[in-house]
Amino acid sequence: MNAVVEFLRMGGYAAYVWPAYGITAVVMLGLLVATLRDLRANERTLQTLRQARRAAPARNDEDPAHGEDSVPVEAS
Amino acid sequence: MHRFANPKRFLDLSRRIVPWLAGATIVLLAAGLVWGLGVAPPDYQQGDSARIMYVHVPAAWIGMFGYTFMAVASAVFLVWKHPLADLAARAAAPAGAGFTFVCLVTGSLWGKPMWGAWWVWDARLTSMLILLFLYLGYMALINAFDDVNRGSKAGAVLALVGIVNIPVIKFSVEWWNTLHQSASVSRMAAPAMPLGMLAPLLLMAVGFTTFFGVIVLLRMRSDIAAAKIRTLQLGQARTAPGDTRGTENTGEAAP
Repeated sequence: MNAVVEFLRMGGYAAYVWPAYGITAVVMLGLLVATLRDLRANERTLQTLRQARRAAPARNDEDPAHGEDSVPVEAS
Repeated sequence: MHRFANPKRFLDLSRRIVPWLAGATIVLLAAGLVWGLGVAPPDYQQGDSARIMYVHVPAAWIGMFGYTFMAVASAVFLVWKHPLADLAARAAAPAGAGFTFVCLVTGSLWGKPMWGAWWVWDARLTSMLILLFLYLGYMALINAFDDVNRGSKAGAVLALVGIVNIPVIKFSVEWWNTLHQSASVSRMAAPAMPLGMLAPLLLMAVGFTTFFGVIVLLRMRSDIAAAKIRTLQLGQARTAPGDTRGTENTGEAAP
């Protein structure tokens, strides 16, 4: 038990060491959660759009090279 | 040249790599935390406050590495117009900014007990703060245009101009008299640190790097999906007026 308290005291620097590790954990988890949430939202929207397209296909004059699987970049 | 780059191969590769990188991150950080907080000896001058080093120093490295990565990707985008390079630069910015922020806050928490001040306007600290502002400026700039491609170009130019700050950070402790200590690991001679402290530091640094890789790959995947959504919505908008077939689902498209 004493060993645990001694560890948590961090030689008297507990007020600096633990917040440093805490803020690191919060920032890293925040980055991960925000990234995953963004990814899931985009993938869900994309799936909805694709299903809508399959259900009611728009004009069928799309060049396959210009289809949705390409990332468009404006030539300059 | 790469007017339309098909990211399918990238997506396949990324799906295979991410689980390995994520697993490596968990193992490396767990080992680094146990070693750094429990096993490594306290510093002979700074006592246990030196354990802040195991998050502070790797965060600083990733902050600088992330910016260099972003600038290189921006150069590739500007020269070869490769869209994946643009997505890589965009994806690196929030992760790099996060680690730079962690570096500044943990440095402050280390500076208070050791220097007696939360913050000093010293060359190392100031150049690191400028790095955070460069990241934030980049993120604001790329999102400031309606045309995604114009935002990318403006951001890429900013990223390239800002790269001069990286050597300034690195050599700030040698060029100016600073309160911040000089490098203990990356120097020509052997690292000025016992193995018992160096090992957890490197474990944490590699763990932060693999974590950075996970975030960048996932954000790129998300941006590719966003680009496909824009393409599909553009296709719907092109359908003739009165023709409801393409427009009836636009409500669902909104997030």
